Amino acid sequence: MSQETEKPLIEFRNITKVYGQGQAEMIALHGVDLKINRGEFVSVMGPSGSGKSTSMNILGCLDVPSSGSYMFQDIAVDKLSRDQRALLRRHYLGFVFQGFNLLSRTSALENVELPLIYRGMAKHERHIKAQKALEIVGLKGWEHHTPAELSGGQQQRVAIARAIVTEPTVLLADEPTGNLDSARSKEVMEMLCSFNRDLGITILMVTHEPDMAEYAKRIVHFVDGLVASDELTARGKL
Amino acid sequence: MIWNAFLLALREIRRNLLRSFLTVLGIVIGIAAVIIMVTIGNGVTLKVSKQIASLGSNLLMARSGGRGITGAKAFSFADVKAIKQEIRHLTAIAPVASKNSTAIFGNKNWGTTVNGVTNDYFVAGNWTMTQGRQFTDSELRAGTMSCIIGNTIWKELYEGQSIAGTKLRLQKLSCEVVGLLAGKGQSAQGRDQDDTILIPLRAMQRRITGTQDFNTFLVAVEEGRSTEKVQKQLERLLRERRHLSANEENDFFLVDTKQIAETLTGTTEMLTSLLGAVAGVSLLVGGIGIMNIMLVSVTERTREIGTRLAIGALESEVLLQFLVEAVVLSSLGGLIGIVLALVASVLIADSMDVPFILNINIIFIASLFSAGVGIVFGYFPARRAARLNPIEALRHE
Ligand SMILES: Nc1ncnc2c1ncn2[C@@H]1O[C@H](COP(=O)(O)OP(=O)(O)OP(=O)(O)O)[C@@H](O)[C@H]1O
Ligand SMILES: [Mg+2]
Repeated sequence: MSQETEKPLIEFRNITKVYGQGQAEMIALHGVDLKINRGEFVSVMGPSGSGKSTSMNILGCLDVPSSGSYMFQDIAVDKLSRDQRALLRRHYLGFVFQGFNLLSRTSALENVELPLIYRGMAKHERHIKAQKALEIVGLKGWEHHTPAELSGGQQQRVAIARAIVTEPTVLLADEPTGNLDSARSKEVMEMLCSFNRDLGITILMVTHEPDMAEYAKRIVHFVDGLVASDELTARGKL
Repeated sequence: MIWNAFLLALREIRRNLLRSFLTVLGIVIGIAAVIIMVTIGNGVTLKVSKQIASLGSNLLMARSGGRGITGAKAFSFADVKAIKQEIRHLTAIAPVASKNSTAIFGNKNWGTTVNGVTNDYFVAGNWTMTQGRQFTDSELRAGTMSCIIGNTIWKELYEGQSIAGTKLRLQKLSCEVVGLLAGKGQSAQGRDQDDTILIPLRAMQRRITGTQDFNTFLVAVEEGRSTEKVQKQLERLLRERRHLSANEENDFFLVDTKQIAETLTGTTEMLTSLLGAVAGVSLLVGGIGIMNIMLVSVTERTREIGTRLAIGALESEVLLQFLVEAVVLSSLGGLIGIVLALVASVLIADSMDVPFILNINIIFIASLFSAGVGIVFGYFPARRAARLNPIEALRHE
């Protein structure tokens, strides 16, 4: 794959994000330019408050930039309505949040089925898909446990299963290993690598841990709302 | 999309069984309380107004005695005669002499009140007969021991048998039963009006009390004539005949049944509005309960809505789901509340012996209110959350 000729999957052009107004104004992004191609696995790093989560939220169409343009495939996301962005999330994006954000008192299976319900998938098909996704993340046999009955690592894996069950084009993960010990973190990272390798899912992941970042092919460093460095990892150079 | 929202809402209800149950309970309590209170209130009002009607209209009652006065003079036939001469527009004057006694029939006995009366008593008290006849003139003149029994006596002693040719014993006296009064039920004061035995006044005086007088009489005033005016005339006449000087108090009571009726109507109206107020409070408490549950769960719900939005739900889909949930819970609560209220009302009405009157309007109003509360407090917090940016909703503390 030659990266020069192909159109990037994601393109940020001079994206800014300003929170608040007047005295309380806070500029989180100062004009970010970023291109990500289909099939990439990118780690996003940087000090706290440097704008990593803000960028991820804009990338994931959960939030809108204050200025600049964001192209997703051929779509100008910054021109879309709220509902159009929701549909974009529904059909192309998968999220793994740091806080898991599973529905409480809801079984793992039902949690994983949720995005499929919004896609209007029939019950039977939904069940099979969700079961398979849980199997992929190593939770076969835990389908009927609720989040309260699962460990942190297991909850994170349910959240990952929910993100990949729709076979999204892009998987966004904001500190997916933030709450896990190093053994569990490694498992999760291996899983993400395999999704990237075997399913061709483009992955963007925020992390503070250099060890984890090394699983990706490319590392983007944020400092003060700008991309400070952008380089390939050992894996990326292979 | 609606079907989808319906399924999601049902799932949500099942998932939050306790919350759903409490919401439904709030609605059930609100609706049931209002319907029961109003139904019973209406029943009591109807019962009382029926009792008032059974008293007879335009009726005055005179009784000898007074506040703190002992040994007040009883009334005599001379008084009755004088009233007949002096006061116009009367339909009947009915002297009554009463005594408590035990009636014996076969091997059963029953304690009751025996009233010595004339046939004017039937006119004044609005009494009709279901069996037999009133007293004959000769019975009245001679003071024969003939008696007319009330419905309660008939039920207790005769157990529904015909009275024809039967005899009762009143203490030592035997008397021939000649008539049966139609039942009137309880008086407005709660006394059983049918627990009575009537005998000719003369028989009472000669054979039982041994006096020539009586301490009560009823005065029926012509329809359309003012009882107030008659009452004043009667009071003046009685004071005169009893030689009371201007500074002496009455040694007799004069009661206008219309006054009793007015007092009672006032009381039941007050009772009904009191019940209404209590019901209103229950409705409010139910509403506050629902509000509480919904507000307590708002943080969790906001996060949940954030999750759904992030996953790709449209704002309208989330709203529809919550609306359906609120409607399902409210209608379920409403339905249970109405059924419960109707069953309870029938039972309570039965045990209180008041008629069961169904008021469709109140069912309608109560349902509307509770459904409104359920929907407003279930739906509006959800709407606020669904309008948030998904990130803000997820971050909600
Ligand atoms: N909703 C918000 N309102 C106001 N300011 C915000 C909001 N979200 C983020 N910020 C500010 O924007 C800046 C960038 O925040 P962001 O969450 O992107 O940082 P981050 O790189 O993810 O940090 P961390 O590593 O701590 O998660 C921070 O200074 C933060 O205070
Ligand atoms: Mg962050």
